[in-house]
Amino acid sequence: MAPDGNMTNGFKVVGTRPKRPDGVDKVTGRAKFGADAAAPGMLHASIVRSPHAHAKILKIDTSKAEALKGVKAVVTRADFAEGLTGENWNILENVMAGDTALYDGHAVAAVAATTALAARDAAKLIEVEYEPLPHVTDVDKAMAADAPVIRAGAADKSVPEGMHPNVVRYHESGHGDVDKGFAEADLVIEESFKTEATHQGYIEPHACLAQLGPDGKGEVWCCTQGHFNVQKVCAALVGTETSQLRVTPSEIGGGFGGKTVVFIEPVALALSRKANRPVKLVMSRSEVFRATGPTASTSMDIKIGMTREGKITAAQGVFRLQGGAFPGAPMEFTAMCAFAPYALENVHQIGYDVMSNRPKQAAYRAPGSPMAAFAVESVIDELCNKLDLDPIEVRLKNASKEGTKASYGPKFERIGLVETLEAARAHPHLTAPLAEGQGRGISCGFWFNHGGETAVSLALSEDGTVAISVGTPDIGGSRASMGQMAAEELGIPYENIRTTVADTATLGYNEISHGSRVTYASGLATIKAARDAVKKLCARAAAKWGIDEEAVVWEDGCAKPSGPNAGEFEPLPLAKIARSMGRTGGPIVGHYEATPEGAGVSFATHIVDAEVDKETGQTKVVRYTVVQDAGKAIHPTYVEGQFQGGAAQGIGWALNEEYIYGEDGRLQNSGFLDYRIPVASDLPMIDTVIVEVPNPGHPYGVRGVGETSICPPLAAIANAVSNAAGVRLTELPMSPPRILKALNDQANG
Amino acid sequence: MSMIHVTTTVNGDEVEFLCDPRETLLDVLRDRLALTGAKEGCGTGDCGACSVTVDDRLVCSCLMLGAEAEGKSIGTIEGMANGEELHPLQEKFIEYAALQCGVCTPGVLVATEALLKKNPDPTETEVRYWLAGNLCRCTGYDKIIRAVLDTAADLRKAS
Repeated sequence: MAPDGNMTNGFKVVGTRPKRPDGVDKVTGRAKFGADAAAPGMLHASIVRSPHAHAKILKIDTSKAEALKGVKAVVTRADFAEGLTGENWNILENVMAGDTALYDGHAVAAVAATTALAARDAAKLIEVEYEPLPHVTDVDKAMAADAPVIRAGAADKSVPEGMHPNVVRYHESGHGDVDKGFAEADLVIEESFKTEATHQGYIEPHACLAQLGPDGKGEVWCCTQGHFNVQKVCAALVGTETSQLRVTPSEIGGGFGGKTVVFIEPVALALSRKANRPVKLVMSRSEVFRATGPTASTSMDIKIGMTREGKITAAQGVFRLQGGAFPGAPMEFTAMCAFAPYALENVHQIGYDVMSNRPKQAAYRAPGSPMAAFAVESVIDELCNKLDLDPIEVRLKNASKEGTKASYGPKFERIGLVETLEAARAHPHLTAPLAEGQGRGISCGFWFNHGGETAVSLALSEDGTVAISVGTPDIGGSRASMGQMAAEELGIPYENIRTTVADTATLGYNEISHGSRVTYASGLATIKAARDAVKKLCARAAAKWGIDEEAVVWEDGCAKPSGPNAGEFEPLPLAKIARSMGRTGGPIVGHYEATPEGAGVSFATHIVDAEVDKETGQTKVVRYTVVQDAGKAIHPTYVEGQFQGGAAQGIGWALNEEYIYGEDGRLQNSGFLDYRIPVASDLPMIDTVIVEVPNPGHPYGVRGVGETSICPPLAAIANAVSNAAGVRLTELPMSPPRILKALNDQANG
Repeated sequence: MSMIHVTTTVNGDEVEFLCDPRETLLDVLRDRLALTGAKEGCGTGDCGACSVTVDDRLVCSCLMLGAEAEGKSIGTIEGMANGEELHPLQEKFIEYAALQCGVCTPGVLVATEALLKKNPDPTETEVRYWLAGNLCRCTGYDKIIRAVLDTAADLRKAS
């Protein structure tokens, strides 16, 4: 094959299921996560947090804490950089409150002491005087005229005049004429929906070990989805130079978007600088719930028109997202993803980013998209029911294809939505009989996927083995898939390659592991780095043989003359060239640094059977099938794992998980007992079908797979539950009280 | 506050430590004995990431005090493999990709080993209910349940 060409079949390693390189470490307890690091002389830290949803901070008295035995440093906002602007100011404001506590759990001070117990005791001795202010936590109430203002002047220029100051960003997109489209419809359904905030729920709380000396040089060890971002943000917040701070990522115990954000590392660095000792800072689970994550909560209005034959004539959506006390709720993604599965002549969508007294929302697996799918796909299901149309056929009839003008603007390249719908139609699940009390639901879902800044290096060792350094933390088995792609290119066994997530001093800037970008972008960079190494290997062979570099090809792990005209030479295997590389020109290292922009969008179709107990309102998911386009599955087992994990998180979001705030604006369920994520006995096996419609933007056709899997579940389950209960559910989660209320409301007319 | 002197057995080795009366067994394992395989996911007994055995009984080590380990025999994930030979559950978890991030894995494995000692032939439902105290946020449990059931079948064949 051409060294820069694409390849979508004839793979030897790609598509197989080798063992993951971090497997033994992870089953023996040896794998080092964020909280597993220690350093000589290490202190332990604890953070003091606001018990108020909104309060002026009048005074912080740290004297009693400082007097406690073992306490070595106390920091408040005064110990961080001054004069920050833009996003850095927002991050600092969240990391450590300024003059106002903006949500229950907002950090206001921190202390470091010789033991974790002493740090906790000292935190309790820090006296903070507050003046409580009016608060608001609901998205619709936060937009109302009488809502307290979270922060005046936070809105950007996109917001139309006359909106409440809590509306800080506005989005509008679409094409065609929706009024004309609705007039052409045989049936128009308009419905409003709400979803509560959910937490990413990673099992590993945020943790770091940090050291910052008086010379401005520092080290951070932490669990993060993006250590280069941690480096950049920390340097700004503590006022040191980026390159003087080296950040090493630990193993990461789940992130799902929630570990793309910096919370504790700057605090540990500030404490370390003051004490001139390493500082370890580990969040409790309650802190994780109160002060990190969650998703935005939403309020949405959807209007869709359809002909008797099932053609959608127009679609319109208004999406209000509450993102906590800072701008940034992903309402434009919600708006842009909402109608993306469908080829529409007339479509219009509006998004509002709304501030409230809640923690700053963080990305959660396809941020913004699952809620949109819940609302839109519920209305489509209702239209199918009322018009007596088959839900798969209607979706096929309207499905986006290659060349469709997407609801959010661009023209789609090659995409696989139709293929997922056809695979769903052919799946035995779709025609299996349902038992009494059960309902079936289907839904499509969409996510953009992402490229982003990426750098990879690939170094050969003398014995012919290969070390790959990547800068994207491994959140889904990517070290295995990088090894597979390099093995494919180099023609050597997968086992001869070791992939490491390198620290910030080793590689150029790598964007965070987010946007389902790693297998696509770091994968592409690994392939290109391997091709760079192959070029260098061929040059060494050419020099040895005394022929042109162009006359050498790489096949089956060997340099070979490219034809009879190149001369007759014994093929030179990689190991042989590597053995002599010190004498033939020095180390051989392949590189690739770029911002790849060919991430292929992806679609999924899910099928769910749910059983609703009308007496208790309890729902059980009894059967679940995920069908998703992966482009090309590098390691099919891990692709299945992503599909299953996304579905399981979606089940939790649909049926049970929610942030519950009291009248006082405090979070009432900040633990796994009251914020119950799905446990093993809640779930059935989750069937998966991997569809492969290659992405033209990746050498092997890879599309990201991690995020799309959480887009359809909320809607698919809502459709199943609504069909089982005989009443349309329009609020998430569909917990027993909400289902009983819907049934009662229906019974009472 | 004065420290408490504790003599106990961990993974077959006799160990001694001093601990604060408020320290949990998990704190002691991780911070005093450098056995960081057991994880703190919640500190309230809800997630099972800190699962260990105490005299062969499965417990959340975050819910037990370090001082209570006196005279007991503690088993942790670090004691599961026999030298370089992995336990069949550990092998199967790798083979089936029954782990993603891996932070719940030590607790899941310790809990599963305790299950198979009690019940070598569990049904899928029994495995799901036994592991209901071990939260996993990555996998949706599918591959974990399959790995447990297939290991149990292998072990029954071998015995």
